[in-house]
Amino acid sequence: MDFNWDIFWQYLLQPSDVYLYGLWLTCVISVSAMVLGCALGLAAALMRLSTNPLLQYPVRFYVWLMRGTPLLVQIVFLYTALAAGGIFRFEDIDLGWFILPGNIQAAIIALGLNEGAYMAEIIRAGIGAVDKGQYEASRSLGMTFGKLMRRIVLPQAFRVIVPPIGNEFNVMLKNTTLVSVIGVQELLLSTQMVTSATFRVFELYLVVAIYFLLLTTLWGFFQRWLEVRFSQSAPPASSRMFGRQAMKLLRGR
Amino acid sequence: MTSLNDEFVIEASGIHKSFGELQILKGISLQVRRGEVVVLIGASGSGKTTFIRCINLLEDIQAGRIRVNGQAMGYRERPDGSLVRDTERNIARQRRDIGMVFQRFNLFPHMTALENIIEAPIQVLGVSRAAALEDARRLLGRVGLTDKADHYPAQLSGGQQQRVAIARALAMKPQAMLFDEPTSALDPETVGEVLQVMKELAEEGMTMVVVTHEMGFAREVADRVVVLDQGELIEQGPPEQIFSQPQHPRTRAFLSRVL
Repeated sequence: MDFNWDIFWQYLLQPSDVYLYGLWLTCVISVSAMVLGCALGLAAALMRLSTNPLLQYPVRFYVWLMRGTPLLVQIVFLYTALAAGGIFRFEDIDLGWFILPGNIQAAIIALGLNEGAYMAEIIRAGIGAVDKGQYEASRSLGMTFGKLMRRIVLPQAFRVIVPPIGNEFNVMLKNTTLVSVIGVQELLLSTQMVTSATFRVFELYLVVAIYFLLLTTLWGFFQRWLEVRFSQSAPPASSRMFGRQAMKLLRGR
Repeated sequence: MTSLNDEFVIEASGIHKSFGELQILKGISLQVRRGEVVVLIGASGSGKTTFIRCINLLEDIQAGRIRVNGQAMGYRERPDGSLVRDTERNIARQRRDIGMVFQRFNLFPHMTALENIIEAPIQVLGVSRAAALEDARRLLGRVGLTDKADHYPAQLSGGQQQRVAIARALAMKPQAMLFDEPTSALDPETVGEVLQVMKELAEEGMTMVVVTHEMGFAREVADRVVVLDQGELIEQGPPEQIFSQPQHPRTRAFLSRVL
């Protein structure tokens, strides 16, 4: 077997700047795309729940489109195909202290758009899980739709939403590797660059796999902490499912 | 506002409500005076719950008019007399004047008893947090739950939850309170504590419309008992009259089943 332990340890423990930059970019893109996805997903979920077809149908179309096409195709389409078709070209943006390259913008937007569709379904399910009586109680107290959503429904929906959102972010971390095809130098492309110079493919891909494993494991710990935090004020799951009321209904009072 | 309008807190006239083909309310009219306690009774499916839900617009109505404090609920009158559905914001404002207590309590499970009570005064009325807290503590004392202020709904018994729900509705300082079968989901041993709170509320002069199967409560607390049957108001009068000399045969049939 051709495996050089020295190179393996060197890249794992003393990563070069190229690697660290890739790691940083992976994290930045994941977080930005996730934030965008959450915002889009929330808006889409609220529109989808509306009875107005003008709000509902665009969202259905969006979800259908995003879930029906491969993410890799969406990324290439947004960055390369639109530019090739002369429709839209992502230009570098000079933000003063640094320049945000066009392909990173495209990467964040493509991943965020895709995430938003999945998020819309998750948030919609979370909102749907909130008891109808909560709306009636809020309305009878004179709350408007915005207030009852923000203060009553979403905090309760959030508890249901946190675990799937955590999973979505886990997927997002790994999906960032796809944006290497439009030349965003995240972890995978950084690895490819190093391998093309050193030809140590086995060692370096093992290192990149371990890096991702590390990222997703760290996220897993954070997710567990988040879930504990958001369930603190909730009764334990068993009593929520079979609370006093439910038991009484089962017994027929 | 004229004095005539002032006399009635709730005026509902000709309320029609149907779910698809099914007619639930066939033109019910009811006026409730300030300080009056009206108890609605009737078999299940008679429309009494639907009727009080219509009063604060939790249900859309197909025809009829509702006025609270002389003010039209849920619609605006155009100069030519036709009706248009009011904006959500205006409907929300109109609902502040009417407190509602639900069969299933509907407390906010992510908030403590105290937070449940201060939520709407702060968010809807814009009361300061300190003032809302003071008022909420006073209301919790009034329903006998001072020591449960920091408990979450799941940690309270049904009767305690319902008393918190009453305090939550009272915190909005409503002109009238609607009770939708407030004791139907309770354990028998906690029914009494909720009825006691409601009785005290009635004695303090709160205008109340109560849907209940508790005939003892109706007999003792009601100023007027209203009997609904198949979406129609078939009889009304003081409790003595309704319970001892019911006029309508369907009232007699209903009472003979429940008493």
